[in-house]
Amino acid sequence: MSDNILVVDDLHVSFSSSRGNIQAVRGVSVSIRRGESIGVVGESGSGKTVLSRGIMGLLTQNATRTGSVEFAGHDLSSLTRDELRTHWGTGMAMIFQDPMTSLNPVRRIGSQIMEGLTVRLGMSKEQAKSRAVELLERVRIPDPYAALRKYPGQLSGGMRQRVMIAIAVACTPELLFADEPTTALDVTVQAQVLELLDELRAESNMSMVLVTHDLGVVAGHTDRILVMYAGQVVEAAPTGELFANMKMPYTEALLKSIPRMDLPSGQKIPVIAGRLPDPTQPEPGCAFAPRCQYATDKCRTEQPPLVDMGNGHQYRCFFPIGGGR
Amino acid sequence: MAGTGKAHLRHEGEKVLEVNDLVMNYKAGRKTVVSAVAGVSFDVLRGETLAIVGESGCGKSTLGKAVLQLPRPTSGSVRLGGDELTSLDDSALRAVRPRMQMIFQDPISSLDPRLQVKNIVDEPLKVWGRGDDAEREKKVNELLTAVGLDPAVVRDRRPWEFSGGQCQRISIARSIALDPELLICDEPVSALDVSIQAQILNLLQDMKDRFGLTMIFISHDLSVVKQVSTRVLVMYLGKVCEVAPPDALYANPAHHYAKALIGSVPVPDPRRGRAKATIEGEPPSPMNPPSGCRFRTRCPAATDQCAQQEPELREVAAGHFVACHHPNPR
Repeated sequence: MSDNILVVDDLHVSFSSSRGNIQAVRGVSVSIRRGESIGVVGESGSGKTVLSRGIMGLLTQNATRTGSVEFAGHDLSSLTRDELRTHWGTGMAMIFQDPMTSLNPVRRIGSQIMEGLTVRLGMSKEQAKSRAVELLERVRIPDPYAALRKYPGQLSGGMRQRVMIAIAVACTPELLFADEPTTALDVTVQAQVLELLDELRAESNMSMVLVTHDLGVVAGHTDRILVMYAGQVVEAAPTGELFANMKMPYTEALLKSIPRMDLPSGQKIPVIAGRLPDPTQPEPGCAFAPRCQYATDKCRTEQPPLVDMGNGHQYRCFFPIGGGR
Repeated sequence: MAGTGKAHLRHEGEKVLEVNDLVMNYKAGRKTVVSAVAGVSFDVLRGETLAIVGESGCGKSTLGKAVLQLPRPTSGSVRLGGDELTSLDDSALRAVRPRMQMIFQDPISSLDPRLQVKNIVDEPLKVWGRGDDAEREKKVNELLTAVGLDPAVVRDRRPWEFSGGQCQRISIARSIALDPELLICDEPVSALDVSIQAQILNLLQDMKDRFGLTMIFISHDLSVVKQVSTRVLVMYLGKVCEVAPPDALYANPAHHYAKALIGSVPVPDPRRGRAKATIEGEPPSPMNPPSGCRFRTRCPAATDQCAQQEPELREVAAGHFVACHHPNPR
């Protein structure tokens, strides 16, 4: 028994659609330690959201999932949906991206927070209510007693996202997925929410998977980063190592394409030309080759293997930046 | 913050736009009034890009629209070149409209889904009778090429066939068709993916250099603003806090709100440490704004004076203005 809370091996998720078979996640293996915070970054369509939903088992009917997912010693890949449900809330929980649409608009905040507590933890209504108040205080909602009686529409976006967080952490999950938890929020509120997540994580040794397109957010709030492109992990490394010593041309291009506040104004931003490949027809070679400035014929025809540098840094490239290990 | 005053208005240079004491109130219910923009003044010189930054609800979009008289502001003056827009009647205002154009946040919903791309870009030219059919067709092709689209490929397609980034290119082509003096961009890249965002920002910069555009760039994203602007105006709850050139503002924010805002932006470099939440909570309601300085309820440096007296903009360094009684020391 290791201190890994989650071990995912060769996870594939595909969706059947009228356009063909969409291969959203293509062979991702990752393990997450207890208390660890992992960032998953990539552009829209890179498969980062499907990865976390695939791990939790929150997939639509037309999805096919293969590979193994082991959570806290339990093999989740063979479980039925009902069996899987027993792990939701107490084992794994998720904060969804959009606080506007992921709360039920016609139920009061209180009943939405208390649902998990009564159903999952078997609390009485009174117990659940006092715990809900605690949770709302914890996420710094002013006047929590009044908030219990409110509907989501009566709260601002930042407040709704705090409620989402309160619901997700209500049953003290061991692993929290946060899918773009702050994308819909203003920067000052974003900073508050990220600090709150860090505090909650430290209190209960919770592990977290932070899914975001924002490299700035992962830089400050994760121990390790996975960079995804076209359904694959193309680079993975401890956060400091990744930023100091990035190997994958895609990671570098992504970082350079971000407007930065710490650079002088008025500079041109280097762009990544082209766009993500068609998910129904994966490239025969490296998925990033068509957009990569360093690509050769080898990159276009052969799949680069995942190279392990030995210090927890892995990349998928024949011609890594700064040479190999 | 949030002050009044006009110390930041300039006396030299060719002004494309001058806005004075602009107020925009909306009715909310029978008795309440939302004061979305509460006495804002600014000017924009030819060739400048003025960025208006602030968080949701600070009035930045309302301000942009009020400049365009969409709808007409409650009070105040808006001068475009020599024309006072607020006193023009509807038909005179319409005649001025080609001189100012807007690019919206959501590129897909701001294009008519039923029109072909060539008609979308041609529409302003046609409405204003700019040339015969052949001349306009040539112009449309030039515009599409200028924004990086191949006219032969895109002309006959419709907006839904394009990605968000491509739709934003089409919007830009349409907005510059009439050679406007002033282009107002309202969050033009916030709906786009990171890699596409850079392409559109560079394109706007190109267009600006090529067509000598003067721009107002409205955004909540301080990193983007730093890249594109030549002057930045920070807003909070309908008021101006600070006006400065971008490098000066980011290096030495004088207003406590500007400092908190800049400090909250996560920088993609773990060595620089994480962004700090330096102010708590969220802005108060614009239906019942605080007295004096509107930021005082969340300001770490607030005193009694801030509750009683509204700060006026004053110059703290060359070209750097702040509306605060107790600005951050430089």
